[in-house]
Amino acid sequence: MTAYLAKRLLIGLATLVVASVVVFAVLEILPGDPARLMLGMNATEDAVLALRNELGLNQGIVMRYLTWTGGLLSLDFGRSYTYSVPVIELIRERSAVSLPLALIALALSTAIAIPVGVFSAARRGRPADTVAMGASQLGVAVPNFWFALLLVYVFAVWLRLVPAGGFPGWGAGLWPALKALILPAVALALPQAAILARVTRSALLDVLGEDFIRTARAKGLPRRTVLWRHALRNAMLPVVTIMGLQFAFLLAGTIIIENVFYLPGLGRLVFQAINQRDLIVVEGVVMLLVATVIVVNLLVDLSYAIVDPRLRHRT
Amino acid sequence: MSLLEIEKLSLDIGTLPILKNVDLALEAGQVMGLVGESGSGKSMTALTIMQLLPEAARATGSVRFDGAELLSASEERMCALRGDDIGMVFQEPMTALNPLKTIGEQVAEGIRWHTGSNRKDAETLAQRMLERVGLPAERFPLSRYPHELSGGQRQRVVIAIACALKPKLLIADEPTTALDVVLQAQILDLLRDLVDENRMGLLLISHDLAVVTEMADRITILRNGEVMEAGDTAETLSAQVHPYTRQLAMASMHVPERTRMHRAVEAGPLLEVKGITRDYPVRRDSLFHRPRPFRAVDDVSFAMAPAQSVALVGRSGCGKSTLARIILALDKPTAGTISFRGDEITGRDQAALRPARRDMQVIFQDPYGSFDPRQKIERLVAEPLHLLDKRPTAGERRERVAAALHEVGLQPGDMDKYPHEFSGGQRQRLSIARAVITRPKLIVADEPVSALDVSIRAQILDLLADLNSRLGIAFLFITHDLTVARAITDEVMVMDEGRIVETGKTGDVLSSPQSAAARALVDAAPDLHRAIAHRMQEQG
Repeated sequence: MTAYLAKRLLIGLATLVVASVVVFAVLEILPGDPARLMLGMNATEDAVLALRNELGLNQGIVMRYLTWTGGLLSLDFGRSYTYSVPVIELIRERSAVSLPLALIALALSTAIAIPVGVFSAARRGRPADTVAMGASQLGVAVPNFWFALLLVYVFAVWLRLVPAGGFPGWGAGLWPALKALILPAVALALPQAAILARVTRSALLDVLGEDFIRTARAKGLPRRTVLWRHALRNAMLPVVTIMGLQFAFLLAGTIIIENVFYLPGLGRLVFQAINQRDLIVVEGVVMLLVATVIVVNLLVDLSYAIVDPRLRHRT
Repeated sequence: MSLLEIEKLSLDIGTLPILKNVDLALEAGQVMGLVGESGSGKSMTALTIMQLLPEAARATGSVRFDGAELLSASEERMCALRGDDIGMVFQEPMTALNPLKTIGEQVAEGIRWHTGSNRKDAETLAQRMLERVGLPAERFPLSRYPHELSGGQRQRVVIAIACALKPKLLIADEPTTALDVVLQAQILDLLRDLVDENRMGLLLISHDLAVVTEMADRITILRNGEVMEAGDTAETLSAQVHPYTRQLAMASMHVPERTRMHRAVEAGPLLEVKGITRDYPVRRDSLFHRPRPFRAVDDVSFAMAPAQSVALVGRSGCGKSTLARIILALDKPTAGTISFRGDEITGRDQAALRPARRDMQVIFQDPYGSFDPRQKIERLVAEPLHLLDKRPTAGERRERVAAALHEVGLQPGDMDKYPHEFSGGQRQRLSIARAVITRPKLIVADEPVSALDVSIRAQILDLLADLNSRLGIAFLFITHDLTVARAITDEVMVMDEGRIVETGKTGDVLSSPQSAAARALVDAAPDLHRAIAHRMQEQG
């Protein structure tokens, strides 16, 4: 078990190193000079050159990579070209929006998907199942930004229950802040919940066909009890796997959703930074997202071992 | 009033009739054998009693348990009966237990559900029950998970679950089919003891006439959902009044006719195995101590002559399949060498192995699992032809496939069909056709008939014996079933814990086994003749 964990951890670190090279290289290839962009089209060559020197852009590519990764290790992500503040400050500030948003969305999607999946599996082939799976098909098909606009139209413009966008900040109180996050979270969660519900249903149906379900029924347990006690935990492996994968999509989804709702989160930060060629910010945020995804997948691997005793012994 | 009374039971699933007017009665303390081939409706009869049928099933007639009608019983009533008054044991012990729950939890669960007792009391009872079925707490604590147990041990857990609350009726659906003969004898003994202890009624479902004869007081023979014959076991099987009963009995004792070919002894043996050893690494539990590897095959040596038919028998886990894989060059030995047709084949690369592979083919146990369902028979049977030096043209390929199909008693036209269009027996013929298409010198057959019904099994044995004598193909049969060995082999090798412990003429070894391992196998092997004689004697 320890060996298994150590191995997963090493793979995670290696992935992180590879990701840093890729992120750095890709942004190097991108056209556009940050110094030129910051100073505007009318700046003199001398001024641009001076700024490039100040930003360290004239150093060799290897040197810059090493300085950058060295900084990452001590949580020094460098200074933003456009905001002139340390990138880590920006990340901290924006995470306060994005992290709760992602977590609420994840919780929401799980809370919807698993009961719906169980409900459908228990009523396989009956009208209730058909309706639930039809709805989930729709959920899979609809893009989340379009769905977000629909939500804004209904709940913000028409019913006037929640704001259509923007974020008052946590300083404005818990409820106003949460209210601003509800619609984006729903918009992120529902398409994911639709996929997860289908996965839950099919994993459960697979398990319900297993021999040990029959053994449990032969003990005298009613169908429902067997479903919850014996089938669900066995069906969790594929469900947890998909949840881990979905988390990465959830983070990517925040970039679009935060733009739709004008939320000052990491997604919006990255989007603006790309437009302004604020490469150092883009690099920092992307690395943070990569690290998050790796950690989440490590947790998924860990949870396999918790769910399945057979994996605890494997190395 | 009988414990279980089934009258005029008919069952349809959708529009498909499964059972027709089945009658069956079982008294307390009695063992009723329900015999039939696959698809005869044995398991469906069991599931009807349990009311665990698929949703599309419609049953008519009457099933009374302890005087109460079950067909019209509510689901709550059935839940109260299942696992309390009626227990059930299933065929496949490897998958019958929830892999994520400990054996203690799984045995205690039913106890708690029915008696409402607390966890501690239920676990005490579960512990006692596990001890009763031969899983003492010192070696098998309640905290064990199913994957830490062998097949026979898992079947004991399933029996403990079914019998924990001393049911009046136990239904055992092929409880020993997946186990080797020694384990089978142990499990059957256990079931018989439980019947005697608690005056439990046992409905024993099996395709194996010998097993049922040994166990059952009365027998019901089922075919295509209809009762062919029913009555006292000894009488029914000694008189064999009904033609189907006779057919079943004949098939289960079938010995193919073999014309011995006394060929001129060719130069040297066909296959020579010298000092083969195979170690598997064992999981280490400590950082400083490397555990000794597990020795699956231990210094095995033997030789086979061309056209010889040899059985390699042993209990499950004795290393016989590992040895077979090494002979087929699918696995590398830790030590030792194998020569085939005089050439050493151990340690050769794949390209160098091609000529040997061409002359060496394999037949597996499961005719369902060994074919890709999306490919046509022509492609499946022609698969080994890639081993030929010259690629056959499309025409040649079809010709060779047609010839191979003809050899195994199928039609050349069958090559354009898909595997699902064939029955189990026909599929096993297909896998034999695939094995003979390159005209090999040796076929390794791993339990080639254990998944088949007795009548089909008799036909396949005939076919294998015929291929052996007509085409001069040498056969190495890997089996735990001595009747197969007796039927079609000249020599038998008994394997135990990785070693070959006894070798000799098949007849000699089976009639007077010398080693403990061989004796255990012979004693445990169910034998219809012996069982009938024993029953007749008992009844005077």
